[in-house]
Amino acid sequence: MWQLANPTRFMGYTGRLLPWLVGAATVTVAIGLYKAWFVAPADYQQGETVRIMFLHVPAAWLALFFYSAMAASAIGSLVWRHPLADVSQKAAAPIGAAFALICLVTGSLWGKPMWGAYWVWDARLTSMLILFLLYCGIMALWRTIEEPARAARAVSILTLVGAINVPIVKFSVDWWNTLHQPASVFRFDGPTIHPSILYPLLVMALGVTLVGVALHIAGMRTEILRRRVRTLTILEAERLDPQAA
Amino acid sequence: MGDYTFFIAGSYAITALVIGGLILRAVLDHRAQVRALAELEARGMRRRSSARTAPVEPLPAGQAAR
Repeated sequence: MWQLANPTRFMGYTGRLLPWLVGAATVTVAIGLYKAWFVAPADYQQGETVRIMFLHVPAAWLALFFYSAMAASAIGSLVWRHPLADVSQKAAAPIGAAFALICLVTGSLWGKPMWGAYWVWDARLTSMLILFLLYCGIMALWRTIEEPARAARAVSILTLVGAINVPIVKFSVDWWNTLHQPASVFRFDGPTIHPSILYPLLVMALGVTLVGVALHIAGMRTEILRRRVRTLTILEAERLDPQAA
Repeated sequence: MGDYTFFIAGSYAITALVIGGLILRAVLDHRAQVRALAELEARGMRRRSSARTAPVEPLPAGQAAR
């Protein structure tokens, strides 16, 4: 594990892993979509709109997963000042933001036919919107500070402050009376979804997770290259104009 | 799908668009960085760690980078 923390070794290992990960993600998503569309039955109350759940729920899980991953990396940045933790944080932000956006839009499109409204200021919906806005703020902060190590420290603090929102999103449906339904998969007394819908959902969740992890690793590799380009550009400028260095 | 076609198809279309955009951005950004790194290396630039095995001679005075 610690060997992977070296950027050069990370590039070597992930260069070999990534094609397999992309293949596994493609196959799992294809199986998940097949099961979601042709195997899972329509819900007895929600009818065909339950097909939206196979996108909405995995997107919500991954939006929370990537924020948690960013918070863990933020600790790595602040405590150990490890460049790979900075890189991991930066690569995770747009992916988490994309999943938060998918969750909000598909939730809205599911809400209209079921609740009669695209949006309500419900605790779950509002906390998820705050999560999306946090992602946007973090991406903006990365772009604001040019020096990567300084940017990482500022972003880490913002990320850790914003991490308080993760349990709020998760438990909002238990803490407040919400229009959004309570948790139906991860419960102490077991899932309340019928297996004919639960298993396709879990396959889709696995597939989308593999897509997210593959995108994160690819993003980290690109960020490592970007930092090498930046370093060499500065070195070249110093060579061309030693007095300015 | 009946009356709900717009909501279901819209959900899948927007998800495909967002995920497709993420993948496209990842591919284009990676290519751009690989190209930029190759150009720098073609001009004789190496990282300090690599330079231990392949020392880089300074550019002649007055030669500007492309």
